[in-house]
Amino acid sequence: MTEQVVLTEMDLTERFPESVKRDERKGYEGYIVKAEALLDVAKTVRDEMGYDYLSSVTGVDYLPDGLMESVYHFYRTIGGPALVLKVQTPRDQAVVPSLVSLYPGAEFQEREAWDLLGIRYEGHPDLRRILMWEGFAGHPLRKDWREPYYEEDAKPFKSRWPDGHVYRIEDKNPFHKNVDYPADFDPDKWIPDNDSSLYASLTKIQSSLSDSSLKTDTLIVNLGPQHPSTHGVFRMVVLLEGETIRALKPVMGYLHRNHEKIGERNTYLMNMPFTDRLDYLSSMSNNFGYAIAVEKLMGIKPPERAEYLRVIMAEFTRISNHLFAIGSLLNDLGAYFTPMLYAIEERELILDIFEAVAGSRMMCNYFRFGGVARDLPEGVYEKMRDLVYERLPRRIDELDLYLTNNEIIRARCEGVGVLTPEQAIAYSASGPLLRASGVPYDIRRADPYSIYDRFEFDVAVRYHGDVYDRYLVRMDEIRQSIRILQQAIRDLPEGPIQAGKPQYQVRVPPGEAYGRVEAPKGELGYYVVSNGKPNPWRYHVRAPSFVNITALETMAKGNKVADAVAILGSIDIVLGELDR
Amino acid sequence: MTDTELNKPGYEIPPEIKNQVAVTTIDRIYNWSRRSSIWPMMFGLACCAIEMICTAASRFDFARFGMEVMRPSPRQADLLLVSGTVTKKMVPQIVRLYNQMPEPKYVVAMGACASGGGPFKEGYNVVSGIDNYIPVDVYIPGCPPTPQALLHGLITLQKKIDNQTLREARWYKKGVSEVIPVPVLGPDIMDPREYELIREYSQKKSMEGQAEATAQEGVNPA
Repeated sequence: MTEQVVLTEMDLTERFPESVKRDERKGYEGYIVKAEALLDVAKTVRDEMGYDYLSSVTGVDYLPDGLMESVYHFYRTIGGPALVLKVQTPRDQAVVPSLVSLYPGAEFQEREAWDLLGIRYEGHPDLRRILMWEGFAGHPLRKDWREPYYEEDAKPFKSRWPDGHVYRIEDKNPFHKNVDYPADFDPDKWIPDNDSSLYASLTKIQSSLSDSSLKTDTLIVNLGPQHPSTHGVFRMVVLLEGETIRALKPVMGYLHRNHEKIGERNTYLMNMPFTDRLDYLSSMSNNFGYAIAVEKLMGIKPPERAEYLRVIMAEFTRISNHLFAIGSLLNDLGAYFTPMLYAIEERELILDIFEAVAGSRMMCNYFRFGGVARDLPEGVYEKMRDLVYERLPRRIDELDLYLTNNEIIRARCEGVGVLTPEQAIAYSASGPLLRASGVPYDIRRADPYSIYDRFEFDVAVRYHGDVYDRYLVRMDEIRQSIRILQQAIRDLPEGPIQAGKPQYQVRVPPGEAYGRVEAPKGELGYYVVSNGKPNPWRYHVRAPSFVNITALETMAKGNKVADAVAILGSIDIVLGELDR
Repeated sequence: MTDTELNKPGYEIPPEIKNQVAVTTIDRIYNWSRRSSIWPMMFGLACCAIEMICTAASRFDFARFGMEVMRPSPRQADLLLVSGTVTKKMVPQIVRLYNQMPEPKYVVAMGACASGGGPFKEGYNVVSGIDNYIPVDVYIPGCPPTPQALLHGLITLQKKIDNQTLREARWYKKGVSEVIPVPVLGPDIMDPREYELIREYSQKKSMEGQAEATAQEGVNPA
């Protein structure tokens, strides 16, 4: 990128006095844009102000005001803070123009907002439900929608506390199950969707292919949700012409665990263990993002030692996640389980540290608002030091030696699933996927949080944008993480680990906050809206796997069907986070 | 299982052929071979699947108990390890997989979610336990269960297999084995066995709604 980027800072209210005004609610930032002007404003934001990266799209249901708000977070890939745009529509006619034509990365996020909140994005190319199935009754994240096991709007439920009356919610449901049906519903007359709308969206592409003089037949193949190479319950539907992929549609929601709905009923601290289960391979990073978002709202900062402990845990998580990612990528390539065993061996040692520190191998639940839960137990410091100074660098070199120049790996990975830098940015890709395409965008550098500005490390970047480079970026990042860990463990100060007294019920002033961290899989953002009550009014997770998967079709098109699995493996998705 | 356990004929074997001949019951030899070669289906749902992979890997290694052959195809598997949260969207697939497995088949519900919904129980897309749809042999608590807990659960399954007899095993009964009807995705998940109940419920609901509407009209004549 040789051309000089000229950035203009401007006040959008002066440029669009008719349709843009500042968001002046207390604790809020950004601009409120009129729905009909959104496309023009977004174009200005992208082309003139340089906000080329649409990080997050979501909605908030302001039930008392009767408003449905669509929230957009824009960033610049050269670094810096966010620009927030909001579009307010009445709840019963929530129609907003789609941004997919400007930012293709909005595609799945807009589908999610349609599915869960019922915001209709006009002009979206394929607006179907994404997490729930076609035909599901209602839009579950609306505040007046109640799940079958509904008890009260917010926890702790009065029936349980302080009265302490315990019962099974099953016993209150007429089916003794987690189900509910609308009035006047006859199951015999029900015609299930059976993915007809999904296949219809594929055949649209099919008919556009048939202009060649040679008549060929295309074939639709389903991969998953039960397939050993889909990293969980993920499903891809591919349209094949011979062996070549012509179109691909990811189907998800098979692990949609209603994280956000449960999160909005929970108190703030109750959500911490739930974040563990988002990206269950890197629970510490998930804790980190959520803690940062809520701390932003509360306006507190953790003490020094806690900051260091947080960074140490987050970087250990990155190593263990990348090890697992590399192991399973090799699994997908056919090196069945042997590289995985090497990767898991090292991962187990890191999990031992987590178990000693947090009490659990995977679901650490270690971070608290304004600190961490526990200090290091005896002997763990030495264990960590030995690991990052002695064992890990050696073992990573060993893994490198076995894999990186392996002829079969190179033949299968080089030049496969290419994503250009322009595409990567347009699709809002993040993490290793973005950096392997030559965009050196790492939130630890671009928009530093916690104490990352103190450490010396390089942003891993590679320039070919293929599967092989994604593998290499992960290898590089493991080495950089070891570098950060060596500094952090060397400098770890003594002192308290929690700002103030540990509290179960935190007081969060009204407002909104978007906290984001560089999780191992990419940008993990939490959008939290507080109305001053003990529970978040809106709790949204911008999951890197979910947004990265938007680029899957572009990467897979034109490749052979056997490569689809390798490309998927190189994105490194995890279903807990993809479906939430 | 040691040699003596397998070899309990109940009468004297002449000492000269004791090392060459084994006299046992059909039950025992069937159970012994079955419990020593459980092939789990390679089927991960959520967080628990990661612990399942760790259990299969070098440190914990369930190959020691004869279970290392994981099969991605249900047609070749004996054991369905339901490892993670079962969602309504996924349950038709799981029931279909269970139906495709040949007898004898076993089901282990691994973790809190598969056993009873776990932390996500109240979620609108979460099934409170896979045992609402398919029979479960062993439940393993934990969120996620540690590899040690998973091993303990699998050893418990082996003990259960040891106690089976041909006389009572369901796959030796006359007639075809019962196929579990696959749930349908309607406005909510629907079990085909419950259609009558669903119809009654929604009729009652609409009648209540009408009654409420008329009652309100009575209060506020507008």
